[in-house]
Amino acid sequence: MSVAAAHPLSHGGPEEPRRDGPDLPEAETHARLERTWGTAATFWGWLTTVDHKLVGRRYIVTGFAFFLLAGLMGLAMRLQLATPESGLISPDRYNQIFSMHGTTMMFLFAVPIGEAVAVYLIPLMVGTRNIAFPRLNAFSYWVYLSGGVMIHVAFVMDVGPETGWFSYVPLAGPEYSPGKRTDFWAQMITFTEVSALAVAVEIIATVFKMRAPGMSLNRMPLFVWAMLVTSFMVVFAMPAVMLASSFLISDRLVSTHFFNPAEGGDALLWQHLFWFFGHPEVYIIFIPALGMVSAITETFCRRPVFGYAAMVLALVTIGFLGFGLWVHHMFATGLPRLGHSFFTAASMLIAIPSGIQIFCWIATMFGGRPRFDTPLLFVAGFIVVFVLGGLTGVMLASVPLDLQLHDSYFVVAHLHYVLIGGAVFPLFGAFYFWFPKITGRMLDERLGRWNFWLLAVGFNVAFFPMHWLGLIGMPRRVYTYPEGLGWEVWNQVSTAGALMVAAGVALFLLNVALSLRAGRPAGPDPWGAPSLEWATASPPPSYNFAHIPVVASRTPLWDAPGGLPVMSGLKVDERELLLTTLHDARPDLREPSPEPSIWPLVAALAVTVLFVGSIFSAWAVVWGSVPVAAALVLWFWPKGGHRGNEVEQ
Amino acid sequence: MNRPLRLLPLLAPLLLLAGCDGAGVQSVLDPAGPQADRIDIVWRLMLWVCGAFYLMVLGFLAVAVLRHRRRRRAEGEPPEPHPGREGGLRAALAGWVGLIALGLLTLIAASYVVDRRLAHASGKQGLNVQVTAHQWWWEVEYLDEDPSKRFKTANELRLPAGVPVRIELRSSDVIHSFWVPNLHGKLDLIPGRANEIHLIPERTGRFRGQCAEFCGLQHAHMAFDVTVEERGAFEAWRAHQVTTAAEPATELARKGREHFETSHCAMCHAIRGTKAAGSVAPDLTHLAGRATIAAGALPNTRGNLAAWIADPQGIKPGSRMPFIGLEPDELDALTAYLETLR
Repeated sequence: MSVAAAHPLSHGGPEEPRRDGPDLPEAETHARLERTWGTAATFWGWLTTVDHKLVGRRYIVTGFAFFLLAGLMGLAMRLQLATPESGLISPDRYNQIFSMHGTTMMFLFAVPIGEAVAVYLIPLMVGTRNIAFPRLNAFSYWVYLSGGVMIHVAFVMDVGPETGWFSYVPLAGPEYSPGKRTDFWAQMITFTEVSALAVAVEIIATVFKMRAPGMSLNRMPLFVWAMLVTSFMVVFAMPAVMLASSFLISDRLVSTHFFNPAEGGDALLWQHLFWFFGHPEVYIIFIPALGMVSAITETFCRRPVFGYAAMVLALVTIGFLGFGLWVHHMFATGLPRLGHSFFTAASMLIAIPSGIQIFCWIATMFGGRPRFDTPLLFVAGFIVVFVLGGLTGVMLASVPLDLQLHDSYFVVAHLHYVLIGGAVFPLFGAFYFWFPKITGRMLDERLGRWNFWLLAVGFNVAFFPMHWLGLIGMPRRVYTYPEGLGWEVWNQVSTAGALMVAAGVALFLLNVALSLRAGRPAGPDPWGAPSLEWATASPPPSYNFAHIPVVASRTPLWDAPGGLPVMSGLKVDERELLLTTLHDARPDLREPSPEPSIWPLVAALAVTVLFVGSIFSAWAVVWGSVPVAAALVLWFWPKGGHRGNEVEQ
Repeated sequence: MNRPLRLLPLLAPLLLLAGCDGAGVQSVLDPAGPQADRIDIVWRLMLWVCGAFYLMVLGFLAVAVLRHRRRRRAEGEPPEPHPGREGGLRAALAGWVGLIALGLLTLIAASYVVDRRLAHASGKQGLNVQVTAHQWWWEVEYLDEDPSKRFKTANELRLPAGVPVRIELRSSDVIHSFWVPNLHGKLDLIPGRANEIHLIPERTGRFRGQCAEFCGLQHAHMAFDVTVEERGAFEAWRAHQVTTAAEPATELARKGREHFETSHCAMCHAIRGTKAAGSVAPDLTHLAGRATIAAGALPNTRGNLAAWIADPQGIKPGSRMPFIGLEPDELDALTAYLETLR
């Protein structure tokens, strides 16, 4: 990589700290940056690191582990439903399993995994050294891990949630769900809210202020746009569920009556609050995947995605519309009919931005020269599966039809087409695509194809028949069903498909294990991709880039085949980042970046004690806040010294 | 099952394998009244419109993929960062958006019109029924201005063909959902609120309804039988339901009744015309006339009845019906008596 002659950030005077640039030999720059940004290879280093790549990798692995656990629960349900009136799983256990399946998939896998991939990739994609607020990032991971571990320990100890991932009151209220099961669920929500909000704030700050010079908003990769929209949706949606779960736990712990109609509360209030979060959540899950699809399509078609502006506007439109649809989950509750029509129209409207995006991806393939390696295969699978799920979504938006299909297996089919098709297929494509960047090794292509076909065929065998089951009357969330209603065959077929999906996922794990042992080395840019994360080594060094790259187009690596122009002048012996202006990404400030610290972990543990304690006693909120406050004070204890500096122009 | 045949183009492979006997009594696709029928029209319209759009997407994808099939791209081929204007694709995108908008307008309009039509049924006078959902059974009360003509039954709904029915939906505990797919879409029963569903059954026959909102442990076993019959047959049934329970004819049955009145049973159940007047469990006055017991969990046979009374928690774990621990002769007498409650 060549170093540009321009050197705007440094005076170069002898009393000045050492900065990267022509004055400092390359090898020396790397060595010093590694000393400054590296994470010690010790257990202490592992606990205290604030490197977004290490935290992001942890997030991804943890999220995927939860995916496997929830997948196994799904498999258990399918085995139970393979035959009518089966006694394999007791009703109580089944209800816990389906609640945990939904809860884990939605709160501990689907939302965090999108954010996890972003935590790893966004700083690389925008060309900076670390994520904004890296300690908050470490904190958010520990909080997320605590919440996930807590709910699974509760499940193993037979106090797992039993009222579904949606926990409708009054079923989830103190009268009909005695014991601690639902309290664990409500607190798990609190954990994931905190971590999701923290990551959303980091991503917004990173995207707005830390982009490489020249990466104006209209040159950002579509994945970055997608994560920006997602993060704003998280910021606006999460408070609703935070309110809802706090009401619920207050009803349960301190006998408030928010949801108790006998005392002037309202059972439907829960549904409004929950779905005001719950429907945007679907898009929070699915929009990151759209960004991944764009990145993969672009790379494997050897051309930029067709209709960049249309794609960005479509993402933003979905972000807004996503908040206006929640009542379509409540058509059967008997709310006034006129309002329903508005939500029908708003729900169907989503088809326009989605349709635009689908068109643009296919047009990219049409106008490009696609090569169907595994990642692009997953994109094609995504289009085939997701569009079907989107169309059944249009059907469900119609009030009369929804009254029939709501809470039937048709909806189970629909939501899995949307979420597995719309988020899991792209995610697997993304794993194949970015795995070489993260580990430095390629995944095996032949196993990848088997992996894809097993998943694609297995998925359709498992979930397509559910449309039919719903139409012939099978309701959701039943632990068993009677013989003689014509449901037996299709449930058996579906179970067979679920086993195929399991085989496909197992093959993926095998592929990962083989690659980690002896995968082909990847090199910095194995796919010939256009965005900045491919401009550095695989895996990237702790400081990401020796010199901050300068961007002059949407596809920087394609437009500068000889090597990117770079900017120099950041300190190499202290953690320092370049901040740029929001719109045009002109260099603005030099900003220090935090050192590793144990306090995020300590604070997360203190928060865990508070949250778990409050399940058992409301007083835990009082005494539990003392260690939290202490940890935060120590975390933010001023150390004096550096302040941000203006960039001299 | 002739209606699903219209879906043949898309669902043919499914139908070839479907075992159809018994199917259709709880089906969206086999309407037995104008409400379900209108929704079925929306379904078919949706299927064709959405199917057409799906085929367009698949077609475009196939063209985009197959177009490049001849020349398999070599690895490391240089990218093309700045493709030309691509005016054709831009025009196609505009057309595509227009087409989607048109399709959506059609569907929104159809959906709105049908929704209005469904609301119309509420204006008509006819039969009034009140359904109260309990964990996990259905209390059904036939209302009448004349109190002597009111009566309660459980887990069964008999309706006269061609008569508009107004069903008032209430819940005594958690949220449930009333769903008889052959007659209408579903509507929730929410504690603290009263909902109303209006329908007109047209075709006689036996159908099945089921709770469609997750309501706890035995949500899976919360069904009810629906019988649509000619008006005469319905009136006869109704007249009989108003009567009190018949006097048992045999010694065994009399022993059974005595046991019912003096033991645990009467604390929850009522049998009109006896001392049993509990009100938290199903009214059993005409139990023997019902097709199923325990909210559709078992067919109503003497053997099943005995099994259910002997071990309700084994058959429907978590059910509110407790294990009593009867002696064999008590159980025998009790079943003999319940069998007489025609």
